[in-house]
Amino acid sequence: MPQPERTLDRHVETSPQVADEVKYTTCYMCACRCGIKVHMLDGQIRYIEGNRDHPINRGVLCAKGSAGIMQQNSPAKLSKPLRRVGERGAGEFEEIEWDEALDVAAGWLRNIRETDPRKLAFFTGRDQSQALTGWWASQFGTPNYAAHGGFCSVNMAAGGIYTIGGSFWEFGEPDWEHTRYFMMFGVAEDHDSNPIKIGLGTLKRRGAKFVSINPVKTGYSAIADEWLGINPGSDGLFALSLVHELLKAGKVDLEYLVRYTNAPWLVLRDPGGAEDGLFARDGDGNPLCWDRTAEAPRNALEADVTPALKGEFTLADGRTAIPVFQLLAERYLDGRYDPDEVAERTGIPAATIRRIAAELAHAAFSEEVVLEVPWTDWAGRRHERMIGRPVAMHAMRGISAHSNGFHTCRALHLLQVLLGSIDVPGGFRYKPPFPRPAPPGPKPAGRVGEVGPNKPMPGPPLGFTQGPEDLLVEEDGSPIRIDKAFSWDAPMAAHGMMHSVIANAWKGDPYPIDTLFMFMANMSWNSAMNSAGTIDMLTDKHEDGSYKIPRIIYSDAYYSEMVAYADLILPDTTYLERWDCISLLDRPICDADGAADSIRQPVIRPDRDVRPFQDVLIDLGARLGLPGLTNEDGSAKYPGGYPDYLVNHERKPGIGTLAGWRGDNGGSHGSGAPNPGQLDRYIENQCFWRDELAPNQRYFKHANKDYLDYAASMGFIDDARPVVLQLYSEPLQKFRQAARGHGPVQPPEIHRARVETYFDPLPIWYPPFEDLETDDNDYPLHAITQRPMAMYHSWGSQNAWLRQIHGANRLYVPRAAAARLDIGEEDWVWLISRHGRIKAQVRLMEGVNGSTVWTWNAIGKRAGAWNLAGDAPEAKRGFLLNHLIDDLLPERDNGYRYANADPVTGQAAWYDLRVRMEKALPDETAVSEPQFDALPLPPGMAKRPSMLRYGAGFRNRGTKA
Amino acid sequence: MTSLPESPGAKRLGLVIDLDICVGCHACAVNCKEWNTGGYPAPLTDENPYGSGTSGVWLNRIHAYESGEGANSRTVHFPKSCLHCETPACVTVCPTGASYKRAEDGIVLVDEDLCIGCKLCSWACPYGAREYDHDAGVMKKCTLCIDRIYNENLEEVDRVPACVATCPVSARHFGDLGDPDSDVSRMVADRGGYDLMPEQGYQPTNKYLPPRPRRTEAGDTGAAAALTPVAEAGGFLGWVDRMLSR
Repeated sequence: MPQPERTLDRHVETSPQVADEVKYTTCYMCACRCGIKVHMLDGQIRYIEGNRDHPINRGVLCAKGSAGIMQQNSPAKLSKPLRRVGERGAGEFEEIEWDEALDVAAGWLRNIRETDPRKLAFFTGRDQSQALTGWWASQFGTPNYAAHGGFCSVNMAAGGIYTIGGSFWEFGEPDWEHTRYFMMFGVAEDHDSNPIKIGLGTLKRRGAKFVSINPVKTGYSAIADEWLGINPGSDGLFALSLVHELLKAGKVDLEYLVRYTNAPWLVLRDPGGAEDGLFARDGDGNPLCWDRTAEAPRNALEADVTPALKGEFTLADGRTAIPVFQLLAERYLDGRYDPDEVAERTGIPAATIRRIAAELAHAAFSEEVVLEVPWTDWAGRRHERMIGRPVAMHAMRGISAHSNGFHTCRALHLLQVLLGSIDVPGGFRYKPPFPRPAPPGPKPAGRVGEVGPNKPMPGPPLGFTQGPEDLLVEEDGSPIRIDKAFSWDAPMAAHGMMHSVIANAWKGDPYPIDTLFMFMANMSWNSAMNSAGTIDMLTDKHEDGSYKIPRIIYSDAYYSEMVAYADLILPDTTYLERWDCISLLDRPICDADGAADSIRQPVIRPDRDVRPFQDVLIDLGARLGLPGLTNEDGSAKYPGGYPDYLVNHERKPGIGTLAGWRGDNGGSHGSGAPNPGQLDRYIENQCFWRDELAPNQRYFKHANKDYLDYAASMGFIDDARPVVLQLYSEPLQKFRQAARGHGPVQPPEIHRARVETYFDPLPIWYPPFEDLETDDNDYPLHAITQRPMAMYHSWGSQNAWLRQIHGANRLYVPRAAAARLDIGEEDWVWLISRHGRIKAQVRLMEGVNGSTVWTWNAIGKRAGAWNLAGDAPEAKRGFLLNHLIDDLLPERDNGYRYANADPVTGQAAWYDLRVRMEKALPDETAVSEPQFDALPLPPGMAKRPSMLRYGAGFRNRGTKA
Repeated sequence: MTSLPESPGAKRLGLVIDLDICVGCHACAVNCKEWNTGGYPAPLTDENPYGSGTSGVWLNRIHAYESGEGANSRTVHFPKSCLHCETPACVTVCPTGASYKRAEDGIVLVDEDLCIGCKLCSWACPYGAREYDHDAGVMKKCTLCIDRIYNENLEEVDRVPACVATCPVSARHFGDLGDPDSDVSRMVADRGGYDLMPEQGYQPTNKYLPPRPRRTEAGDTGAAAALTPVAEAGGFLGWVDRMLSR
């Protein structure tokens, strides 16, 4: 009999209590830094949601952020300081008290500082407190500091900052509201995740065209109007072919080029001379242009010049000079950039390249966006409206992670600038505190004489070199830094080269170190090239039995693969248990319409004996007596730890880590005296501060008087001079001139040809180095990784919910390529590079470049790590491509081996990898290779539950009491 | 067997999901999980959460499909949860009255106190939208966040299903599909929103919006197939001269 509905009591509690308390803070499930509201109920996290008022995510939250409960709840959390008792790598530890741990660390570090501070290599991984960590390194006195940028995105940062004084993602964003045509190159789906998703939704609803250039069609690319499955590493050639088409047709914004770029600046043509290729300058050092009205050279920075863009001019001293634009036009009009010439190499048909060029020109020049907003330019000229060319671009890791990435990034910016689409309505927009001069100060500290016992360095360890004299090299040209950043190996290594540290320290090249101190960097696993080799280096010993890398200190909140390779473990808290700061001095949360920064506040108390890494660093600094961290009487300057530092530390008078609510009553923003109530004001304002720009400041920021005045008043830039976009990069030419034998600082002979080749002042394209090293017949395939939107590097793997989405990665293979090798769905294959071999399981795919295989990054785990069961799919079927990637390029004729990196910036060239594929034999077991011994659990780890019933206690919760 | 409401109301709450912009990010699935593991169907159990064979209860799952070949192939991300059918077989098949459809808003719910875990409903549902909790021995499913959409402890703006509130691309919309003038009904009308497997006859309330046509041909954006080189004397640089001396 049917149950008659009316006989049943169908009471549903539709208004249950959700929270006792809601706390605002900032997410750290990836690097996106979204605002979150954490609903606490009965002392537990009931729910985490996006903060609607927050500038980054505007209320939305991604899969990672929504899984924060499980990050807090993870059984892989470390619980107490650990000291290694067995062999390094065996994972045998004893628990020790914090005082002892800090005494041990301080003892090691004190000895180093008193003798040779370089022997501390301090490298932080996915750190969001580089304003503290970099400064701490300077106070300690070691130049050997960097975070993870060198193996992540320095090509994008440097390519952008040296060209337009800003960059993709961190320091700029597409004008989602106004663009008509959007091109996205090689973007990892876990970068800038929510802003990009919000933006794509917005622009697709508006009917703008979205073109994705990426060898792999997943997430974002899947919703593109057009997907171009380009051959990996050829994006620069594609971009320069578009430039070729646009130039040939006269579809460039000459007015924009004259007003805002160095296109009219005169370049000296003096073959063999010391200044060949440098800018012609007047007596005050100002660049010259040729004024068509005066028919004479004039200071190109004057507002009323009428510069020539073509011609060959004779200067007063008799030398010849040519405008940048003419050099540029001559180069890119060359037939080698014709679409017919680049089609095969890029894998994009010539007709498609021509059509895309026509579509770009159409959007830029036939679909102008006009905002009725009057504005004033840097020279005081009023403009009645803002007119924009609505073409926007975004690019990230697929460009960055190649050995030609720096120049490719410059090529993309060149394309944008020629279209007049930088910081205009509909174009690519700067986020404050950018634009800055291209490049900005400061330069890296650590030059000869700047490093010595018991003294701080005079500046930050990382910065922007502007010529050979800024390099960190010894008199003989050898590197000063352990990672060889800012040496002739990688002169513009603005983020350092973390990927080289372990190998160099192991080899003692350029010198041995004493202590390697790392934070949140999984360098024995997915953050290293040549992971197995790296493990060997970490455990290798001298004949006397001592480790080649004598001491390793590591801080992490979780039992990552790296923990087993450290001698001393300083356990960190989770992101919900600590104070943090997303500072304007570091990588802030600004958007194109406003400057902003934010904090994290502890929303839950740790139930373990752990301390926030930043507190530990400040404590260590005080124990060591570092100048910025102690008072004159030797007492700790910030006894309250990181929150004390956040409020009271001043980088220079009035400028501290947080820009909001400074000064006596919290009435000053940007600069002002420390305000003891500052953190309370942040908490009252949902843990962020934002200063919205006025409408007349929002575009043309590089040349907008009201914006530049504001930026100078806030301390973003030193003065309100306009930022001139550098199509032709003179710093590059200076390095090249040194390679040609000019100037006091010249490369050693072995580096000369390389520097001369790759320091071209205009963007060039060359094949990724691995293409040159390998024979297409031996290694016919490219192999790359992608980042899933629902996982962030290693840190998601112990998350009970996220690992149900990405628990074991597959090797995605183009269906046609698989068929040629008789490989079917779920078959096991060997993937073989010149460096190594791995075994993986296949999934067939259509939406992938025909000569490319790929997998999700960092899903494969070592058995035993992260407190996962030994038979977890991450360990048994998951795998890393890292084992195939050599950390060094093959030997040169002279026996030298460069890092597997971009020759300009030192950016790790992950995606250069070439491989071949072979079907595994039927009797080979269905397990990924290589496998490693399972790591034992350290003391103090929580027991893994076999059943998770999170939230059961919240069931049947009545309405609010 | 369980009866459907004798006099169903006009109100039909449901979701409209835009397949044109869904990037398959799983935000909706995980946010659904975290809301509901502490909500009406709490907990959404995870079996063997840190080992092999992990199996959790999810009320919303994302599937990805490819169709076609090579460069013209299409990748579709397809989020799927209970569609809150007008004539749901999962209800009529239920032997205990646990599975039921509400007259006042059309939401299909499971009353766990009456559920005996027989799984007939999951066999009956043609969409595979039900989730059996082995640990609790009862069936669980999308409630349309019934403990959010009417929750007076939440601000009014938050009274939408968790998956809708969190969706980063705004591909998910919530409203009354029984009201032809509602935003969601208009969206369905404008975009050609469709029912999943209408031939089954269960009249799902949730609708999907199809991908918009892609624009990959010359003329699709108003641009020509290729640019025309400048014809001036002196070629491009001659043109530059002329342009600058205007």
